[in-house]
Order: sequence, then C-alpha cells, then structure tokens
Amino acid sequence: MQVAVDTVQLDDIFKLYQTGDVQVQALGGVTLRIAPGELVAIMGPSGSGKSTLMNIIGCLDRPTTGRYSLAGQDISRLDKNALASVRNRQVGFVFQSFNLLTRTSAVENVELPLLYAGVRSEERTVRARAALERVGLGDRLTHHPSQMSGGQQQRVAIARALVSHPHLVLADEPTGNLDSQTSLDIMALFQELNRSGMTIILVTHEPDIAAFAARIITMRDGRIQSDRLQTSLPATATVPSERAHTP
Amino acid sequence: MSPTQTFLIALRALARNKMRSALTTLGIIIGVAAVIAMVALGEGAKREVEDAFTSMGSNLLMVRSGSTARGGAFGGFGSMPSLTWGDLDAISEEAHAVRAAAPVLQTAAQAQSEEQNWNTNVTGTDAAFFAIRNWRIVRGTGFTDSDVESGTKVAVLGQTVVEKLFGTTFDPVGQSIRINNIPFQVIGVLDKKGQSHHGQDNDDTIIIPHATYQAKIKGGLQKFIPGIIMVSAISAEAAISAQMQISAILRDRHRLSASDDDDFSVRNLSEFASAQQQGTETLTTLLAAIAAVSLFVGGIGIMNIMLVSVTERTREIGLRMAVGAKPRHILAQFLVEALTLSLVGGLIGVILGLLTAGQLARAFGWPMLIRADIIVVSVIFSAVVGVVFGIYPARKASLLDPIEALRYE
Ligand SMILES: Nc1ncnc2c1ncn2[C@@H]1O[C@H](COP(=O)(O)OP(=O)(O)OP(=O)(O)O)[C@@H](O)[C@H]1O
Ligand SMILES: [Mg+2]
Repeated sequence: MQVAVDTVQLDDIFKLYQTGDVQVQALGGVTLRIAPGELVAIMGPSGSGKSTLMNIIGCLDRPTTGRYSLAGQDISRLDKNALASVRNRQVGFVFQSFNLLTRTSAVENVELPLLYAGVRSEERTVRARAALERVGLGDRLTHHPSQMSGGQQQRVAIARALVSHPHLVLADEPTGNLDSQTSLDIMALFQELNRSGMTIILVTHEPDIAAFAARIITMRDGRIQSDRLQTSLPATATVPSERAHTP
Repeated sequence: MSPTQTFLIALRALARNKMRSALTTLGIIIGVAAVIAMVALGEGAKREVEDAFTSMGSNLLMVRSGSTARGGAFGGFGSMPSLTWGDLDAISEEAHAVRAAAPVLQTAAQAQSEEQNWNTNVTGTDAAFFAIRNWRIVRGTGFTDSDVESGTKVAVLGQTVVEKLFGTTFDPVGQSIRINNIPFQVIGVLDKKGQSHHGQDNDDTIIIPHATYQAKIKGGLQKFIPGIIMVSAISAEAAISAQMQISAILRDRHRLSASDDDDFSVRNLSEFASAQQQGTETLTTLLAAIAAVSLFVGGIGIMNIMLVSVTERTREIGLRMAVGAKPRHILAQFLVEALTLSLVGGLIGVILGLLTAGQLARAFGWPMLIRADIIVVSVIFSAVVGVVFGIYPARKASLLDPIEALRYE
C-alpha cells in the first residue's frame, strides 16, 4: 500500500509585505503538514498571519520563500493559469463576507466554479442543485442573496465551495458574521462534509467553534505557537438540513 | 468557457445597469447614426447634382461668342457675334472628340392655339439638337435636316407649352399654332423633363428649325450665328479633348495669334458637374470626420464606464479568480461587455441613421441612397471602437491580484 500523501505540506514558509519603507513579516517560518480528511481549526490573535497562511494554502497567494506542496504537487513552480486551475479543481473557499454575486440566484452563484471548469450548462445546473440540497437549501434555488439570511447566504457559499468536488475546503472565519446558533449550524455542516472525506481548514476566533475541530493550531506573530489534537471528542451538532426547515 | 457563455455573462452584467449601459452606448449610437445619415445625405446630394447634369447632357459643351477673359462668364451674350456658320460645320466635321454640334438661337415669343396664348421660349436649332441635349420626343417626330434646309414651319413643343395651349388631355401633333403670329405645324412633343437645377422650367419651350427661326422669328447677320453652339462630345471623358479641339479649330479659323485672347468661350458642363460633385464629396468627408470624432468620443465613454465597472466589481473579479477564473476569462468577460455595448450601440445607430436619412431625404426631396458598405463599415467600426477602448479596462481587470481584489473595499 502506498504511503498517503499529505494534503498540505508547508516547509519553512515566509511571507513578507513591503509597505513603503516598512517591511511586514506576515509569516515567519511556518512548517505544517495536514493529512487528507483532517478537520483543522486555526486560531490566534488578529494580525498573527492566519489569513495569509490560508491564502497560501488556497493557492491565492504565493509564499515569499519556502516550499508548498498541495496533494503532492509543488505549487511554487505554477504560473497564474495553473494556479487558477488548482483553485478551480482542488480547493473550495468560504469567506467571512460570503462573497456571493449580487442579483444572481443561488443556483447561478453555485455554478460559478463549474463555469470556469468548462462544465456544460445542463450538468452545471444539476450539480449546483445537488450541492444546494446538500447544504439544506433545496427550496431556495432561485433566491438572490438579498432575499436570504446570513446563514443561508453562507450555506450558498459553502455549496459553491463543494460543487466542484474539491478535496480541500478552506474557510476563513466562516461564522464571523453570523449569530451563535447559525454558527453552530454552519459548523455542523462542515463537520458533516469532513465525515464524507473532505479535508477542512477553518480560521476562527471563537473557542466553541474551534471545539468542532479535532486539531487546533494556534498562531502568534506569523509562527505556529501550538498545534494540538483535542483530547475530548469534538462537539457534534444537529444535522443542518433538519434545522433549515424549522421556523 | 464557451463564447456564448461569455456573451451571456456580459449581457447580464450590462442588464444589471440598464440606464448606465444605455447612456454609455449613446455616444456610439449618435456617431453611427450620424455616419449613416450624413453619408446617405451626401450621396443624395451627389446624385441630385449628377441627375441635373445628366438631364442637360453629361457630355455637353457650349461655345459662345466673346471672350470669358474680357467680359466675364456671360460677356459673350449680346456682344458682337464671332461664331460663324462655317465654325459650326468645322466643329462638327474636324473635331474628332465631337459627336454632334448644333446652333442654339433663342428668344422669347408668344405662342397661340385656337383658344389660348402663352409666352414662352423659342429655340431655333437643327436636327442634331435633340440628341445633343438628350431630349426625347414622346409623340410625333422631331424635324429633319431637310426641314432645316428648306425652313419648314414645323415646331416641337415642350409639355408646359402643350398644357397651356391645348390642355392636358389633347394630342397636339398635327395641330396648327401661331408663333408671333406666324403659323406653324406641331410635329412632335418633348418628354417631360421637369425643372432644371436652376429652377427653370425645361418644358416651357418650343423648338423650330433655325432657318425658319431666322427667316420668321428673329433674323441675324448672314455669316454669324446669332446665338451659341451646343456640342456633345463622344463621351463624358472626351469632353476635355473636345474642348481643346474646338478651341484650336476656332483660334485657327479666327486667325488669332498666340498672344491674342480667345474671342469665344468653350465651357464644359461636366467641369461644373465634377466641381459640384467635389463640393458634395468634401461635405461628405467633413461630415464623416465629424461622425468619426463622435464615434471616438463614444469609445472614450465606453472606456470610462468600463473602468468604473472594473473598479466597482473588483471584489467580483477577485471572487471569480478565487473559484478558478483565469486572467483570460476575466479579460474576455470585460472585453465582450465593451464589445456588446459598442455593437448594440452601432446597430441602434444604424437603425436611427436610416430613419434620419429617410426623413432628411423626404424633407429635401432627394433620392434616399443607402450605401450598404457604409452600414457594414460603421458596424465594424463600432465593434473596433468597443475592442480598442475596452481592451485597456479589461486588461486592467485581468491583471488584478486575486487577494487584493477580494480584499478591495
Ligand atoms: N497586503 C498586505 N500588505 C501589507 N501587509 C499585510 C498585507 N496583508 C497582510 N498584511 C499584514 O500581515 C499580517 C498578517 O495579516 P493576516 O491578515 O494574515 O492576519 P490575520 O491573522 O488573518 O488577522 P485577523 O484575525 O484580523 O484576520 C498583519 O500584520 C497584516 O498587517
Ligand atoms: Mg484574517
């Protein structure tokens, strides 16, 4: 049997920003391995480099120095187009501010990654519906973001992250704009996706959100301060689709 | 991503800002409409001038007594005649570029039928005149060379004269009329020619043989022609050579030395025609230039709005990139948007231009001449405007960094 390749393999990652005369070190030597199927929470104070790290993992950004392999593929050599393909096929993003297209229906928002993957129109619709049903929004297909609650909008965003069947989902403060009950529902959804085999990395400030993850990484000043597995069992929540239908 | 898909995305983005899109295309609409209308107008004017000259005979030359150098353009009229009947024969026989030449003696006269009388123009000429002026006879016949030689009292009437003397329904051929109280027999009726471009009625005329004219209406000196010579060149192109040949023949016959001015003038009507045409062409070019400028301004309008749109949609661009859009997808998206704006503007402009051209043509009473090539060119040109002015904003969008775009406030 082949040795399983780590989903994320970061070696001594530095990220420097030059703002005028001042150089900011957002990441100062991060080395990290995440295996397929993990559910990881990244915590840490504001400005500690969590988003910077997520962007590098998601191939949205490149490290200043250091080596990054995603599922065994060396990312540092890829050009813009190849990075776009990697984001399109392998990674799903969920943002704090949802980032849905306004005045565009839920289905069309979810179809977006498939559009750039060159999937035909009928198949796009079928897959987008399926993804929306999976996040419990089977009855909101034609709603526009402005006609949905924050939690529903974030579900649409999660459906969009799922629709291209990525093996890695990245969520940067996905519950940051949601109330605590809705946050718990969203976390239950992530947990369920994780059980179906997806590797999930999420950033949060809240300990009870991080409690859903089996592994918690804490960052400070651009470095990993601690990286521990939860001794107690991760919290479980209600199945999201059940709650979505209760008033 | 398929081109139709890209086009659909562009259409939706434009539909989201209907008012703005409409206002943006306005520049192109006006530009293209102006091109179409102005060129149609210019062509109409050109055709109008051409028609005017064709109706006169496009290869027509006029030889007059008297010098243009001394007496101005019309100085020859009424001054000492210098053209002789021998000159006329020499022109028709010796000038190779000349097809035919005819004397034209003209005066005002009173014509009478049994019931009516009418003041009109009488022209004394010969049989070649009808062909030279390109005037057709619709009823009866013209007169012949033998009519001219023997001075027969026959007349060919213009439509206005027929109408005034006989009414609209009566066939006057074979009837008798009196011109200055001399009886003439009507042998033919001219085709209706309408107004000349000077606004003078070409149908208000009576044509009779010049010998009869001189004997009965208005006499003249034996040797000199008391009028002008009309000449038709063998073709419109030959008009210039005919002019030079006539000049040479007349200078020789009048024994003018190299230092003497002409004592006659030869005027080439196609010269006027081409001068007039050049005038309208200059006008067309000018109007086209104005239209091109407004298209250019329209293009800048598109670029401006596309830049605004790229800035406004920075986050959208970032998101699209995050989910897998490549730079070329973003480039295509904005380029197609600009192209759609300009093309739709171009098409609306064509329709508007055609309507305007139709209105103007009706207002001026000109023929409406739509040049298909101009329509095609303006549509292509507006597409080019869209691409040229859309490429910069689109490229700007495609070069955005996904992170910065996503973070853009
Ligand atoms: N584009 C940039 N230019 C300059 N400095 C930057 C840029 N992006 C991030 N930084 C800096 O890098 C550091 C890490 O930023 P990052 O966004 O990763 O923090 P974070 O841990 O996500 O914080 P938060 O919890 O507030 O989201 C910060 O000091 C920030 O100021
Ligand atoms: Mg952050």
